[in-house]
Amino acid sequence: MKLLKLVPDNTNIKFLNLRVPFFVLSLVLIFGSWAAVAVNGLNFGVDFAGGQEVRMTFKERPAAPIASLRELVGGLGYGEPVVQEFGAPNQVSIRVALPEGTENTPGAATAIGDKVIATIIKTYPDARRDGNDTVSGKVAGEFRNQAIIALLAAMTAVAAYIWVRFEWQFGAGAMFALVHDVSVTVGLFAVTQMEFSLQIVAAILAIIGYSLNDTIVVYDRIRENLKKYRKMPLPELLDLSVNETLARTVMTSLTLFIALIPLLIFGPESLFGMVAAITVGLFIGTYSSIYMAGALLIWMGVTSNSFVPTESALDRQDKLARGEG
Amino acid sequence: MLDFPLWKKLSLWAVTLAASVLALPSLASVAGLPWPAALPDPQVNLGLDLAGGSHLLLEAKADDVRTQRLDNMEETVRQLMRGASPRIRIGDVSTANGQLSFMLENAADIDRARGLIEPAMQGATTVREWELQVVDGQRVVLSQTDAGVNQAIDDAMDSATEVVRRRIDELGTREPTIIRQGETRIVVQVPGLQDPAGLKKLVGQTAQLEFKLVDLNALPSNVAAGIAPAGSQIFPFAPGSGQDGQAIAVRRLGGIRGENLTGAQAGVDPQTNRNVVNITFDGQGGAKFAKLTTENVGKPFAIILDNQVISAPNINEPIQGGRAQIAGNFTPESANTLAISLRSGALPVPLQVVEERTVGPDLGADSIRKGLLAMGIGSLAVIVLMITTYGRFGIYATVALVFNVLMLLGLMALGGFTLTLPGIAGFVITIGAAVDANVLINERIREERARGRRVVAAVETGYKEASRAIWDANLTNVISGVALFAFGSGPVKGFAVVLVIGIITSVFTGVTLTRMFVAGWLRKARPNDITI
Repeated sequence: MKLLKLVPDNTNIKFLNLRVPFFVLSLVLIFGSWAAVAVNGLNFGVDFAGGQEVRMTFKERPAAPIASLRELVGGLGYGEPVVQEFGAPNQVSIRVALPEGTENTPGAATAIGDKVIATIIKTYPDARRDGNDTVSGKVAGEFRNQAIIALLAAMTAVAAYIWVRFEWQFGAGAMFALVHDVSVTVGLFAVTQMEFSLQIVAAILAIIGYSLNDTIVVYDRIRENLKKYRKMPLPELLDLSVNETLARTVMTSLTLFIALIPLLIFGPESLFGMVAAITVGLFIGTYSSIYMAGALLIWMGVTSNSFVPTESALDRQDKLARGEG
Repeated sequence: MLDFPLWKKLSLWAVTLAASVLALPSLASVAGLPWPAALPDPQVNLGLDLAGGSHLLLEAKADDVRTQRLDNMEETVRQLMRGASPRIRIGDVSTANGQLSFMLENAADIDRARGLIEPAMQGATTVREWELQVVDGQRVVLSQTDAGVNQAIDDAMDSATEVVRRRIDELGTREPTIIRQGETRIVVQVPGLQDPAGLKKLVGQTAQLEFKLVDLNALPSNVAAGIAPAGSQIFPFAPGSGQDGQAIAVRRLGGIRGENLTGAQAGVDPQTNRNVVNITFDGQGGAKFAKLTTENVGKPFAIILDNQVISAPNINEPIQGGRAQIAGNFTPESANTLAISLRSGALPVPLQVVEERTVGPDLGADSIRKGLLAMGIGSLAVIVLMITTYGRFGIYATVALVFNVLMLLGLMALGGFTLTLPGIAGFVITIGAAVDANVLINERIREERARGRRVVAAVETGYKEASRAIWDANLTNVISGVALFAFGSGPVKGFAVVLVIGIITSVFTGVTLTRMFVAGWLRKARPNDITI
């Protein structure tokens, strides 16, 4: 039986020849993402902005009366609500921001939530409350701080682990790859204005763990080859390592992609943003493993000596055997 | 590497099968199949976002604890000074700035006053709760220590948690969760509840019931302007009390608090046909109530609930026997809610809902159905890719994948972990990432074969060399998993749990189990060449 080989044997793509253009592309992506966040801002959901979000199904209607709902909820005096279809045409999500000056009255958010639900059910008796999230300003502020701390802590811890297991250059390379992957994923949410919630932060934390898997495989091979071919010029050695591990990099990303895509298409609507973030983050992570992980090492001056700073007992035996000792 | 003695094989199978069998009750319940009652039934808990229900985060107003302690101290001091013989006269009492300060009319009383107050400053614990200062030899200033306030908040939160638990138990819902969180918060989770608004009313009602004498000397114009006469305070009437928007001045001290209740029942007054709450005092409360009503026949007293006046009837006759009736503008539901709240005791500190998440049961069931469908399609795609790419080795990886999912589910059931909506995404990620180990191993075997190593040596090198990268990659996943767990509230924690347990089971099934499969086959078939 002939088995499938996604990456042919002896593939030898000169990735490192293109390191400058791709590095520029990555920088453009990173700064572009930051600019998008600065200009567009993130569309914070109730988790981070406070306020309340109600999800309702209109059981006896083919489509939800979106325009009328906007008017109805808008008329309650809590500002302009965001009313969108959610899942099916007769399902909506209604988001009402926290009014100004309610940061210090924690009970305000739930009171507004109850009012909105009661008003809608009174006008549309066939409306069914599917769920609601209500977050006070204080709790939302705490979520924001926690999210930032968790992201920074996870990135630092992962990079530190790589530093301990490899060399500082690899740790720095991993940190750059993480900043790259996280920035671009967040940037995507700034550009598309998809809702940015706790789940999205959870997705990014998962990306921090998984996007480096490919990078680690490449680094592990670079380390192995640095010990094996001490005389090989670095760019050539890095290309060799990336190519040798290419089949692996592609396959491991691919298995995760094909598992995630059905969840994106057929899965629950409430998971869409989260799964989209993970999928995109993974894609970006694969790209950074192939193009960035190696290139950065050249600029940071990794040599074979990075791994053999002192001669090991085995080396000494080798030397003695060769009569050099 | 490829040597598996019988005991090792048996113990690996024992672990695998034991963990997998634990998943069966949960699978049976998802599939709607009956599970024999005679067998143990460990189940994966479903989070509220899948099972439906309400999650509330309640926060106490800690400042209220401070104020209340100060009020209590004032009352204690007044009683002590009045009860001293000869009586110690005090004046210019103030409770501003978190301090109780008062003036002795006679500076010579200072040592006697000190001797009486100091024992009252010490609580049940060794924590120093109050500081006493004497200013100018005649003014006494009592200030609360931070340790004392913290101790009081801590105690208040413990008993508030207990009160909330008692109230929710009265609802009779299945398996509510009520946990204290941090210094001033309580998490309440009630699965499958249909009426979140009612739940919020129930836990949010402080139910501080007070009976206080109306200050008849207060000028109506002052009361309307919110200016309280000395020794009195102003409370607004409750909405629907018939005197909406009005206020009344009551004597601050000398009233009765609702903590001496032994019972509260909602009922209907047969004469007026109105909804009422009948309350019963305990012996001490009954005696106090009798004394208050005996001494003040003909005068009005206010029934105050959570700082709002429900009614202010005249005391027509002394009320003996410790029974009383609260008549207000109640519906049958609100009378019942109040009765429950009073029965389970007042909250020692007001609680506010700072976060609410409610999911209807239909939505949760829909999420599970869609999640399972997506998981099935995703698994199938991964399996097809693995088998077409690695042949026999792909089949081993597939078997390992099936055991991985079963073991993950089984361990979650065993540990009593909760599966949440993001946890479903965690399952899918685990399925996609679990075969990573097999990809790394199989690609390495391919490579070693291409370099001309013999079959057994290539397989051995494949497992050995790949395990380093597998280890590093999975450890970074565990690091981010720990960050996730520390960061998340309920649903996100559920995601972290699936990821971290999934990493452990997938390394076990993907590396150890497949190595056993491959070793067994190599030993039996002794192939000269392998298709990989």
